[in-house]
Amino acid sequence: MSESDVAVHGHGALMEGSPYAIPSRKLTMWLFIISDAVTFGAFLFAYGYIRFAAANWPRPFETGSILNVIVMTFVLITSSLTMLGAVDAAKAGDKPKAMRFLFSTMALGALFAALHLREWFELFSRQITISSGLFGQTFFSITGLHLLHVISGVIALLVIATKYSRDTLTPGHVETVGLYWHFVDLVWMFVVPLVYLTNIAH
Amino acid sequence: MSAAAASGNVLLKYLPVYFSLLAIFLVEVFLSFQHFSTGKLVVILLLLALASASLGLMYFMHLAEERRSLFLTLIPATIFVLLLMNMIWGDSVRLLHMKPFAQ
Repeated sequence: MSESDVAVHGHGALMEGSPYAIPSRKLTMWLFIISDAVTFGAFLFAYGYIRFAAANWPRPFETGSILNVIVMTFVLITSSLTMLGAVDAAKAGDKPKAMRFLFSTMALGALFAALHLREWFELFSRQITISSGLFGQTFFSITGLHLLHVISGVIALLVIATKYSRDTLTPGHVETVGLYWHFVDLVWMFVVPLVYLTNIAH
Repeated sequence: MSAAAASGNVLLKYLPVYFSLLAIFLVEVFLSFQHFSTGKLVVILLLLALASASLGLMYFMHLAEERRSLFLTLIPATIFVLLLMNMIWGDSVRLLHMKPFAQ
């Protein structure tokens, strides 16, 4: 290819196409998700190690806490559904609808974070903190890491939605942040059974 | 049908997956109130969580619709790394019974 061809067609023509037939930003998000999944895996395995090695592991979750977790899970799974709606509407070129779905997803994410903090404060009122032994350390580390992901996701959604509404970003960007949001949902499906449901007070 | 009208159908398309995820979660909650041993309960809940995660991964994250090479690159490697982390369990059980290392 001559220099003039490069000037006309750009360097992209010299590159190989993606073997996965997806944009590089989407592949990057997948790689990030995989690395994050392994991070959460390490946290959960460490929790499992300590949980099984301890003869008298506390079971602090009463029915009220479990009801709160049920509502939190319902909110998070519903936010994944609204995220799907946002991606689909964005791809279809229906920007107002995409924005409505994006803001619904953000609202549900914020509600999830508020319910999560309510659960934490309820534990604080019973003197269960990150300083109260191995249970507190593992519980607040894992749920805190997940909460950090939710809050980061809401901020990312806000940034993407703002720029998408101004035509600075494309529907592809909405889809990419959607992948992250669904991943946060998937992680919660492992956190709940391992951290909450196996520690119910009988 | 316009593109905007077609976009309304996507939620209907994914509603079965959504309700499946909710149903699996409610089954998990129900089982956790039954009197299983902790080990048995963890295994059952993990299997159900894996089923939920697979549904989310394949349909919500559209991995089922992507080129197969993406799936084959990402998922087996991740499962391999997560399986490698299982080497800790023997030591965890040893600590539970406070047994010394094998000579």
